[in-house]
Amino acid sequence: MAEAITLEVTRYHPERDEEPSLQSDEVPLRKEWVVLDALNYVKDKVDGTLSFRWSCRMGICGSCGMMVNGAPKLTCATFLSDYAPGPVRIAPLDNFPVIRDLVVDISDFLIKLSRAKPWLIRKREKPLSEGEYLQTADELDTYKQFSMCINCMLCYAACPVYGLDPLFSGPAAIALAQRYNLDSRDEGSNQRLDILSHSDGIWGCTFVGECTEVCPKNVDPAGAIQQYKLTATKEWMKSFLMPWGGGE
Amino acid sequence: MGKRSNEPFLWMLFSAGGVAAALLIPIHLFLFGLAFPLGWLEAPGYDTLLALARHPVTRLYLFVLCSLGLFHWAHRFRYTLYDGLQIKHLNEIINTLCYGGAILGTVVAAYLILRIP
Amino acid sequence: MSSSIQHPPRSYRRRVSTYWWLGRWPYLKFILRELSSISVTWFVVQTLLQISALSRGPTQYMEFEAWLRRPIVLSLNAVSFFFIVFHAVTWFNLAPKAMAIRVGGKRVPSLLIAAPNYLAWLVASVAVAWIVLRG
Repeated sequence: MAEAITLEVTRYHPERDEEPSLQSDEVPLRKEWVVLDALNYVKDKVDGTLSFRWSCRMGICGSCGMMVNGAPKLTCATFLSDYAPGPVRIAPLDNFPVIRDLVVDISDFLIKLSRAKPWLIRKREKPLSEGEYLQTADELDTYKQFSMCINCMLCYAACPVYGLDPLFSGPAAIALAQRYNLDSRDEGSNQRLDILSHSDGIWGCTFVGECTEVCPKNVDPAGAIQQYKLTATKEWMKSFLMPWGGGE
Repeated sequence: MGKRSNEPFLWMLFSAGGVAAALLIPIHLFLFGLAFPLGWLEAPGYDTLLALARHPVTRLYLFVLCSLGLFHWAHRFRYTLYDGLQIKHLNEIINTLCYGGAILGTVVAAYLILRIP
Repeated sequence: MSSSIQHPPRSYRRRVSTYWWLGRWPYLKFILRELSSISVTWFVVQTLLQISALSRGPTQYMEFEAWLRRPIVLSLNAVSFFFIVFHAVTWFNLAPKAMAIRVGGKRVPSLLIAAPNYLAWLVASVAVAWIVLRG
């Protein structure tokens, strides 16, 4: 083991600490290591009390998101050597309450996500015997980009509007609403529009665009929100010009 | 049913103003704010400009450019105050200031443009 | 606090700094982009002053032209010009994101949506310059 790098990890113990503090640990600097490997090294060899979330370590589960040197990253997809000679600061995701060390409370995101109704809504479910809802490759392609979201919440950590106004629906929830709106099998776009077109939904977004920059799956939530604004404006014009009709 | 907000309308004005400002203000500002005062280009004479400004199409063009530009400003400035200074709780004052300013500016623009002899 | 949400005993919530937009370059760029709207307003005010001077007569218009040559006004216009161009470039570059145009089932690449914007910018600029300068 030749080289080493210093990690500055944020520690917070809810029953002991008033506020978080930094803990410095030396870890080996290995070419093939990602930041998550370094954290696991600390937990296994240096200090077993360190808490952080992770699961798949291959960029699919979306649970190991943290702030690395101030930027939201999936720690399983961020190489340690990119930060040499260090130190590397690792903190819990911004804009979320910290439960312990690097673990944040994600309940607010889950509430917002379910409010966006990210599932197929049909006016009438057809019975199983009538077969499946078919879709062409082009129809799939329309929403595929937005369906790549792994709910890692890096976009929420990057969004200053969400940090300042916790009522804002936020990037991923809106992108996932848009994913179902664009799905040829879905008939629930009106329900979602009612939820997202009020002032806490899409209108809080000022198009900072960082959600799209930090997204590890190229979902482009910022684009989804602007497209949604355009849709909501068209719907508003329809209801303004034809107050008696429309709706369906 | 969520509250029917007028955000779509304000966003439409903001976007229209953004397009108009992006397409047209750079050349206007370059000519009248820099090139003519600095003598890079010869400024058109008073009579030429007056003849141009008096034309109905020019009047309409100037009115739309000024009014949309102000509504574009109102929208952006409102959110910059909300987020940049963290004063969203003052939103009623800010909205009155920004959109009131844009409406007042539009009225002044209409008056000045109609008054061109 | 809603009682239906089960929170852990205590959690730490960090307040966003008032100067959050100074912390990272993309945030600063964003704030500068938004502040470009002040330049738009400055341009509108200046244009209205110009129209007013034009209506009042040749002497008044000459005074207005002299005012435009004052160093302070020239500097303001130089800064405003920079911000307006910044606004235009960011606006044209971001516009494709709001418009997911699909032709024949495929999404039109961003560049193909942005390019006509720049072309329109060029055409509009040339048209305005030609109308103002031809006299």
